[in-house]
Amino acid sequence: MSSSRLPGYGLIDHSKTLAFQFDGKQFQGHPGDTLASALLANGVRIIARSFKYHRPRGVWGAWFDDPNAIFDVSLNGIKIPNCAGATTCLRDGMRVQSVNTFPTAQFDVKAILDWFSPFLPAGFYYKTFMWPNWHLFEPTIRKMAGLGKLSEEITENYQSDQIHQNCDLLVVGGGAAGLVAASAAAQSGQSVLLVEDHNIAGGGLYRRGREIENQPPGHWVEQQIDAIKSAGGQLLLATTAFGVYDHNLVALAEDRGFGRAPRLWKIRAKRIVMTTGAIDRPLTFVNNDRPGVMSVEGALEFLGRYGVLAGRQIALLSNNNRAEPSANLLREAGANVRVLDATQGSPAAIGGKILRGIEFAAQTIACDTILASGGLTPVVHLWRQAGGKLDWDEKISAFIPGKPPNNMVAAGSVNGTFDLEEAMAEARAAALDLPVPRTDSSFQVKTLSPDRHSTGRQWIDFQHDVTLKDIELAARENYASVEHLKRYTTLGMASDQGKTSNMAGLDALASIQNRSIPEVGTTTFRPPFIPVPLELYRGAHRQQLLHPLKRLILEPEHRAAGAALGEYGGWLRPAWYGTGSSHEAIKQEVLAARNNAAIIDASPLGKIEILGPDAEKFVNFVFYNTISTLKPGHIRYGFMLSERGIIFDDGVVTRIDENRFIISCSSSHVDSVNRALEGWRQDGNDPDSVFVHDTTQNWSTITISGPQARKILTVLDLGVDLSPEAFPHMSFRQGNFASDPARISRVSFTGDLSYEISVPLSNTSLLWSAVISSGKPLGAALVGVEALAILRAEKGYIFVGKDTDGETMPHDLGLSIPRMRKKTPFVGDRALHTLTANSENRRQLVGLLIGKDDEILTTGAHLIENSGTRPRSIGYVTSSYHSPTLGHPIALALLEKGTTLTGKTVPVWNQGETRQAKVVSPCLFDAEGGRLNA
Amino acid sequence: MQQFPCPFCGLRDEREFHFAGEAGKMRPDTSGEVTQTDWSRYLNSYKNREGKASEVWVHLPCQEYFIMHRDTLSMKVLGTEQLRRQEEI
Amino acid sequence: MSNTYSAFSLFKQAFRGHQGWQPVWRNPEPKPEYDIIIIGGGGHGLATAYYLAKNHGIKNIAVLEKGWLGGGNTGRNTTVIRSNYFYPESCALYDLSVRLYENLSRELNYNVMFSQRGMMVLIHSEAEMEMAVRGINAMKLGGTDAQLLDADGVKKRAPILNFRQDARFPIHGALIQERGGTGRHDAVAWGYARAADRLGVDIIQNCEVTGVIVEGGRVTGVETSLGKIRASRFGAAIAGHSSVLAEMAGYDLPIQSYALQAFVSEPLKPVIDVVAFTAAYGAYFSQSDKGGLVMGGGLDRVPSYGQRGNMPMQEAVLSGLIEFAPALAKVKILRQWAGIVDVTPDSSPVIGPSGIDGLYLNCGWGTGGFKAIPAGGYLFAHLLATGDHHEISRPFDPDRFKTARLIDEGAASGIAH
Repeated sequence: MSSSRLPGYGLIDHSKTLAFQFDGKQFQGHPGDTLASALLANGVRIIARSFKYHRPRGVWGAWFDDPNAIFDVSLNGIKIPNCAGATTCLRDGMRVQSVNTFPTAQFDVKAILDWFSPFLPAGFYYKTFMWPNWHLFEPTIRKMAGLGKLSEEITENYQSDQIHQNCDLLVVGGGAAGLVAASAAAQSGQSVLLVEDHNIAGGGLYRRGREIENQPPGHWVEQQIDAIKSAGGQLLLATTAFGVYDHNLVALAEDRGFGRAPRLWKIRAKRIVMTTGAIDRPLTFVNNDRPGVMSVEGALEFLGRYGVLAGRQIALLSNNNRAEPSANLLREAGANVRVLDATQGSPAAIGGKILRGIEFAAQTIACDTILASGGLTPVVHLWRQAGGKLDWDEKISAFIPGKPPNNMVAAGSVNGTFDLEEAMAEARAAALDLPVPRTDSSFQVKTLSPDRHSTGRQWIDFQHDVTLKDIELAARENYASVEHLKRYTTLGMASDQGKTSNMAGLDALASIQNRSIPEVGTTTFRPPFIPVPLELYRGAHRQQLLHPLKRLILEPEHRAAGAALGEYGGWLRPAWYGTGSSHEAIKQEVLAARNNAAIIDASPLGKIEILGPDAEKFVNFVFYNTISTLKPGHIRYGFMLSERGIIFDDGVVTRIDENRFIISCSSSHVDSVNRALEGWRQDGNDPDSVFVHDTTQNWSTITISGPQARKILTVLDLGVDLSPEAFPHMSFRQGNFASDPARISRVSFTGDLSYEISVPLSNTSLLWSAVISSGKPLGAALVGVEALAILRAEKGYIFVGKDTDGETMPHDLGLSIPRMRKKTPFVGDRALHTLTANSENRRQLVGLLIGKDDEILTTGAHLIENSGTRPRSIGYVTSSYHSPTLGHPIALALLEKGTTLTGKTVPVWNQGETRQAKVVSPCLFDAEGGRLNA
Repeated sequence: MQQFPCPFCGLRDEREFHFAGEAGKMRPDTSGEVTQTDWSRYLNSYKNREGKASEVWVHLPCQEYFIMHRDTLSMKVLGTEQLRRQEEI
Repeated sequence: MSNTYSAFSLFKQAFRGHQGWQPVWRNPEPKPEYDIIIIGGGGHGLATAYYLAKNHGIKNIAVLEKGWLGGGNTGRNTTVIRSNYFYPESCALYDLSVRLYENLSRELNYNVMFSQRGMMVLIHSEAEMEMAVRGINAMKLGGTDAQLLDADGVKKRAPILNFRQDARFPIHGALIQERGGTGRHDAVAWGYARAADRLGVDIIQNCEVTGVIVEGGRVTGVETSLGKIRASRFGAAIAGHSSVLAEMAGYDLPIQSYALQAFVSEPLKPVIDVVAFTAAYGAYFSQSDKGGLVMGGGLDRVPSYGQRGNMPMQEAVLSGLIEFAPALAKVKILRQWAGIVDVTPDSSPVIGPSGIDGLYLNCGWGTGGFKAIPAGGYLFAHLLATGDHHEISRPFDPDRFKTARLIDEGAASGIAH
């Protein structure tokens, strides 16, 4: 055992122990541990295998910059794949499993793949597996690939929620600089939110182990937090800012512990201070991927935060002047540390699963741990996401924030300011929106490029097995752009998204191409900064709240009447009533409607009022049909078109009086029709002379249809003369129901005598029960949408979008008079006279008949023409039912030149089967209209 | 999640808005002859500018249509104006 | 030096430390003049150059790319390949593409990893079932493959989906195109680039077109960041920025630009072996060979040239996806990005003359350009070489907006584009 726990060190609670399992073995840790620190404390060095070659992997970093420690974790029946070991807090009873290993990370049979690594360089799969085809090899490769196993069980209560918040200042990163910035801003009266991704604020303070402003780090941090809170500031711990979006929106993920979905915070900040710090950069040397090779800052973090000493015999390999102070901290903790200047020799790690030593400048130095640092890399991800520019700082050999994006400022280590006092001074200035002072850093780094002449593999991306040779190969093959390099080698595409590997990769490419790193450039920084679960984005859009249904006010009555409810155009409506076979129920509803009467809840029907002196002109413009000739008290059926002349909606227009119309559009189109009407009103008309008012939600509508409809209405006593002469088809009357107004339209969607009665919402139930009690003795039935669909099809009435498609124009349905004669402009008018609109080959609405006892035609079957080498589609069946009224199957279809084919037989083709159908008029019920006008 | 200024309701979440088209397009007067080319241009041609663009938007809760000037690359909102012709105000 | 890719050459190179692999393409200096210049070094542009050289014997060609080749939508899509379209014109176009893809790895000697794992369009209601049957028949009659699966059939192919009856949109079945699937997007660009380069095509990266030279009503050259380059014919294949060039040259386009977002998850052991698309939930996903789930949905609602994501659509797509496959709730997203797509009024592409002599267009592919790369290149090459349409591309000429003979896939089939 090389790494071990030091009593008295770190922020963890040494007094309590937590038991957990890793790869089947039992271990113990303490509250405050992460999976990575607990494993290290137990001396577990091999915690994973690399993606491609299955090389043993150890913990490299102590936080989000660790690319190796990825585990499947389960606790209390909740299984989560691919948990980052360095950021997942240990809980008692956790079962931790290494991923993509068999049987364990320690002994993985697929380690044999490493022997074949010479045959598997970067992008090898582009050069082979082509014969006979890729799909032959793919299943095997897919099984080999992948990390964690996703459990198909659904975790109940794994639910995210969302909080929206505004603030004057958002401070990202709760290290020393962030704390100072937040407290200075809060004290100056700004509303401040400070986010810190650890569950304890302080950032790197615990790592360096020294006093700050003459106090131990813990005390100082508490004082800062007190200052922030007492000045009204807010602190969010265990929360990571993972994305910056347009208009200064910052998205935060609050970790709520294992097994619970994180919470999404959406912060709209006037200004943002980035105190995101810096992370250690790996060194590229031979066998630098061996377990036991760790980042220097990682080792210090494990020591200071978790009380874990990374090793006893440590070689500290570094190219910067932090090496000695770091070594001293480790020495104080009891380690034997030898500092090696990485620029002075070509190092090579010695050992396999167990690290034995390091070869350096022609000598072999025994050690159990190698700590490596190639300098510090500022965490500029969010800065770049926000559109900020980067500058190359030659002195520290790193990209630092350059030209800022709107409302954002950086302070502290992220600026390359690694000295505490200076970092805090920057933070104070940034918080108060003052110019940020920049001083020369005491940090010194020697430039160091990878030694390309060493024999042995040098790792750049630890998880993805990208080596220096792979980068050389990519460059040799001219995948020379940094994006090509990334995509070809998969560099930086691992779980850490290149946080560890990208700079080393850029360094390698730059040195191969004899260019500088800024010339090579970076790849794009994309959200999320850390991996976040899909659930985080879900918010309230779950289950039935995802596209919520519109509910009828009569839903309880429908349910009581035994309705089967279904979704139609966004509304939950009765499909049919009764508990028996749906087929029989629908049939009985149709027959009752034809023989006696149907009672239908038609409340979703659109009721958009058009008012004002220009109302007539306006309605005449938005409708295909001429509306200007419509007299008050009358109703006209018509189409609204798109400007392309395509039927957008059908419905009836009622003229209540000179300056007032009601447009009754399809129930599923109310919103889009209303929006289109408002658009025309405000863009092209005088908006002070015409008004559009959607009253769909103010009125309920009940339709009474059938031979007994008039008698039923008579009983309701609406105060209207119902005689056919006084109240003919397509007219409108205003009456009374329960001392309130009632609007009665004599229109029909069934082909029978029908009335639509609309009453204010509050009278809905009253009207419904009145209609039922007057209708029941007369044999009236409650009728759902399915029966209505048959009733209207018997009559040849269409559903827009079902019996029409994206090409259907009014003249395809036989309504061509306005197209030929209407003089005033209307929406879509010009489009009705294009070459395509004038074509003789247009698809037109027809009816289809087949044998009386045949199975009905399949909706969606095509009508075909067999003239050429293979059948050609000339249309399709749009509606098809067995008609209870007529006693035989009926269908509607759109058919090329359909009206000229009346009486002819056409083949109907469905998935290889052909039947024959006779083309007839779409209207097969009461073609003379005697029942309609009864 | 962007925020757009409705001229009547103030700064609101982008989800409350609907893009209605590019500003400045005039419907050809169909009471007279309109050539196929002019009609097609009205229906199908877009400036689709990268950078500064002027567009018609509607704020769905209040149903007000208005013109918004935006930068389609930076997403910065540059200003809004009423859709109705100025002389009618 | 090794030129041909095979298991054998890989084996041989292994013993030489892979020192012998040649550059996949050269870095030529632009010549002052070419026969044909292709603007845009994405999949379509590179494929066009390849087919011009291979099928039409034209070798004096340059492809000008403002950044790195394949860096636009070719490298930003969700890699779906399919030809499940409604109109016969679309079936002919996209099925040509699928057929070319089926042999592409061997033709280019570059593994583009076309994986015909099947493309499933889920059906969630009786109304959708009727539309799906209409679509399946249209596809079969149009000469491509499609089949109907019932709910049990879907469950066998993708048990991870939500088969509960109380799901917001219960699963009734699916339309499946077995020949559909996914490919490796970068490899398509690289494979075409390598093959075109070998045929003598100059692929010039980091060469941005900054102006169009029109003389006597004809395009005779372009100003670029590397100087003026002349040619007798120009082809523009610059999805996402078609309107920018149109403004430079002074012609109109029926295009609006929107951001389309995509997501990739951490790698997982096999979860699903088919592309699953659902219009009702507004989302789709498949699993890459590396194990990451590749997820996408609809366009952002705000017209945009910003190649970055926006939260409202992320929430819409991912919440739909979770309801579609609830086990995915715990899967973590590694990366999220966006491409800029050309949206035409009828959701079909534009292939044809620009209206200015000498300049031709390949654009308007909307969200579906990747699947069409081989066909787009093949047909555009034909147009550029002969000055006339191949019969498959003729219906996609921009003159259709005048005659109103649109190919409105969005309205006809309900399948998103």
